[in-house]
Amino acid sequence: MKVVYFAWVRERVGINYEIIELPEDIKSIETLLSFLSLKSPAHKDALSNRKLLKFSVNFEFVEITQRIKNDDEVAIFPPVTGG
Amino acid sequence: MVVKIQREDFNISDELELLNLEKNNSGGCVTFLGKVRSKNNNFIVKSLEIEHYPIMTQKQLESIESQAFKKWQLNSSLIIHRYGKLLPGDNIVLVITTSTYRQSSFKANEFIVEQLKTRATFWKLEETLNKKYWLKPEQTLNN
Repeated sequence: MKVVYFAWVRERVGINYEIIELPEDIKSIETLLSFLSLKSPAHKDALSNRKLLKFSVNFEFVEITQRIKNDDEVAIFPPVTGG
Repeated sequence: MVVKIQREDFNISDELELLNLEKNNSGGCVTFLGKVRSKNNNFIVKSLEIEHYPIMTQKQLESIESQAFKKWQLNSSLIIHRYGKLLPGDNIVLVITTSTYRQSSFKANEFIVEQLKTRATFWKLEETLNKKYWLKPEQTLNN
């Protein structure tokens, strides 16, 4: 799975994206966040306040309960500020 | 329907010419130009850095345009959104909508601009005289 970060989430995690092998028991964005938070203190810090985060799977906005699979591209970012 | 996401500036006259208003019988053409303010939230702005999620941004902008075409009778439309480091006074976004009669292009233009605020995957890093911070939606929604 490719996990992509943007804006302050990218800055806090410290990388633009990472490729991970999704464990079998990780089936939603919610459980993915818990899994990623264990990777480093930077991940934990960036992903701790879930109310500040938005998500997409394969370039479509999704809710935190969205189911995911290993060949998805997941993006984690703050609310957008376009226009 | 045209969507362009680019680092470079744009020229409104050139873009209008490309839309070929005579050929598609457009009697109404509404143009919205969004620019970098020199003062935001009471701070003097030094620069505005815009980051985006390329494939998703393209998809979202195309989807917003398609929706506008479904809701109103438009002849043509254009969205240009810039990214990268911009300075006060620089152009950020251009939305053009054209229709045979004015009502549709007015309404569709406003719809597209509002949708950009909540669906276009851009993020703005504002640099003021003494700090740099990521803008929150509540700091841009009414602007």
